[in-house]
Amino acid sequence: MSNVHLRKLSITLGGNAVIRELDLQVEEGEFLVLLGPSGCGKSTLLHSIAGLTDISGGAIEIGGRDMSRVDPSERGIGMVFQSYALYPTMTVEKNISFGLRIAGMPKAQIAQHIERVAEMLHLKELLKRKPAQLSGGQRQRVAIGRALAREASVYLFDEPLSNLDAKLRTDLRRELKMLHQTLGSTMIYVTHDQVEAMTLATRIVVMRAGEIQQIGTPTEVYERPANLFVAGFLGAPSMNFVPGELDGQGRFRAAACAGLELGVAVPGARKAVLGVRPEHVAIGAGLPYTGKVTLVEPMGSHQVVWIGCGGLLMSCIAQDTQRYAGGDAVSFGIDASRACLFDPDSGKAL
Amino acid sequence: MKPARIGLYAFLLTAALFFMLPLYVMISTSLKSMDEIRLGHIFALPMAPTLEAWRSAWSEACTGASCDGVQAGFWNSVRITLPSTILPIALGALNGYALSFWRPRGANLLFAILLLGAFVPVQVMIYPLVRMLAAIDVYGSLPAIVLVHLVFGMPVLTLLFRNYYASLPHELFQAARIDGGGFWRIFWHVMLPASVPMLVVAAIMQITGVWSDYILGLVFAGRDNLPMTVQLNNVINTTTGVRLYNVNMAATILTALVPLAIYFLSGRWFVRGIAAGAVKG
Repeated sequence: MSNVHLRKLSITLGGNAVIRELDLQVEEGEFLVLLGPSGCGKSTLLHSIAGLTDISGGAIEIGGRDMSRVDPSERGIGMVFQSYALYPTMTVEKNISFGLRIAGMPKAQIAQHIERVAEMLHLKELLKRKPAQLSGGQRQRVAIGRALAREASVYLFDEPLSNLDAKLRTDLRRELKMLHQTLGSTMIYVTHDQVEAMTLATRIVVMRAGEIQQIGTPTEVYERPANLFVAGFLGAPSMNFVPGELDGQGRFRAAACAGLELGVAVPGARKAVLGVRPEHVAIGAGLPYTGKVTLVEPMGSHQVVWIGCGGLLMSCIAQDTQRYAGGDAVSFGIDASRACLFDPDSGKAL
Repeated sequence: MKPARIGLYAFLLTAALFFMLPLYVMISTSLKSMDEIRLGHIFALPMAPTLEAWRSAWSEACTGASCDGVQAGFWNSVRITLPSTILPIALGALNGYALSFWRPRGANLLFAILLLGAFVPVQVMIYPLVRMLAAIDVYGSLPAIVLVHLVFGMPVLTLLFRNYYASLPHELFQAARIDGGGFWRIFWHVMLPASVPMLVVAAIMQITGVWSDYILGLVFAGRDNLPMTVQLNNVINTTTGVRLYNVNMAATILTALVPLAIYFLSGRWFVRGIAAGAVKG
């Protein structure tokens, strides 16, 4: 188990600076998730930690040792890839033991490692099979097993669940979380799926265009997003943004929706954007604002009701079984204590 | 059956018959005696089929001064084809592997130059090659002809393997790197076993190409190693005595037998491999 420290890390690919002077500290035993849209540099960052992508500046320390120019196999890492990357001509057993055999480990010891990993990931019956004879979920379990067999100090996951169907993804996600609880190893996990990030991470790093937008626990990142990008990226449906202004006496007034105003804890008179999560918008008689239902999306356990008010469209998660139809006039309210305020120009939280 | 179908089959049948005709003439002539051939009924079936011409073509026909048939040429061709298949494929696979996974500095330039080689006609290079091989004192020997086949096979084989490896996920290579594999180990344990379809295709191309070669064998192999194609030419172009059409036919079929067998046995692989090499990458 080791910590990972990135200092002023820069990566240039084909003449483009993908990552510029990035600092990141990953603690021992942490499950750190790098989250961001595709092309934000999160995979590149992970590959540089693995030593598969050369860095152009800065340093990578793993377990206190500078690994910036060290060969991938000597960094003490195990890695799981999106495409599984299993050796197609080797059996599951040989796949898992390939690294150990290269390292020249004695046969008896290799057998022990295979046994341990197979036990942990329920691969016992599959050991003699070739990758082509496995399902997607089984393949990814083998790939995880191959990484675990190395007994690395840091495990790297590059979108490992993205190629799986929805149900398998949920199952394997749970297995991964339990694995982390049992092993307690340091894990760095790249994904663009915010649900994976929320459920797995001890800390989330939200990235955009090669820069870190926010680092925090899932709750912090979700409830107190540092800027409009983070606020909009996490949550489905995403956060409602209400442009308007502060009047200087602690009240926010929406620009588009007449009558929508509420007390906030931010002083000063200025333009602002109010961010409200759909679950913090409530529909019910006696609530202060009025609008019209434009669309209803039933989700089974709840329904998403889209409410139009002036030029504004707000999503609202309604937990009740009340039926809404397009065109219904409804009253709704906003939980002011859970709302966020952003500066419309810089996008930063106020 | 619809009229269009009937028309289609009629056309295919005619085309097949048309292209089969030379083969039919060759086989039936090779089974006739010279007396029967002199009657001039070229399309007639042999009246008294005999394998005499085949035996003669294999072991008695005269090639210039010696009269040992094409069998000597057959074994020469085997001796030339084996190393000229294995060596270029091994090197081509290694080239393709290095170019697509390790991407050394200047790899693209190197590859471009190599490809350029594929477009230079063989005839242009014969004289310089003769001088070069003579200079290192191997001209007119088995190593010389193998080396020449190696040189001429390299561009296409490298291209084939480079494209094939480019179609494999790069993550496979990265996983092997993390597992501690070096240049040779990844090639030997991961990439080469994964390239069996390409190896088969390359072997087919190389065996048929080398076996059918005439000009390079004639120029570079030397008197003692002349391949079957050259011997065949000598048998047929002998100017003394009677033209033994039946022997000539038998000798020609014998010479063509190896590539023919390869095509028949591997048609499926051949098409699959070529498609894989062409579409991907």
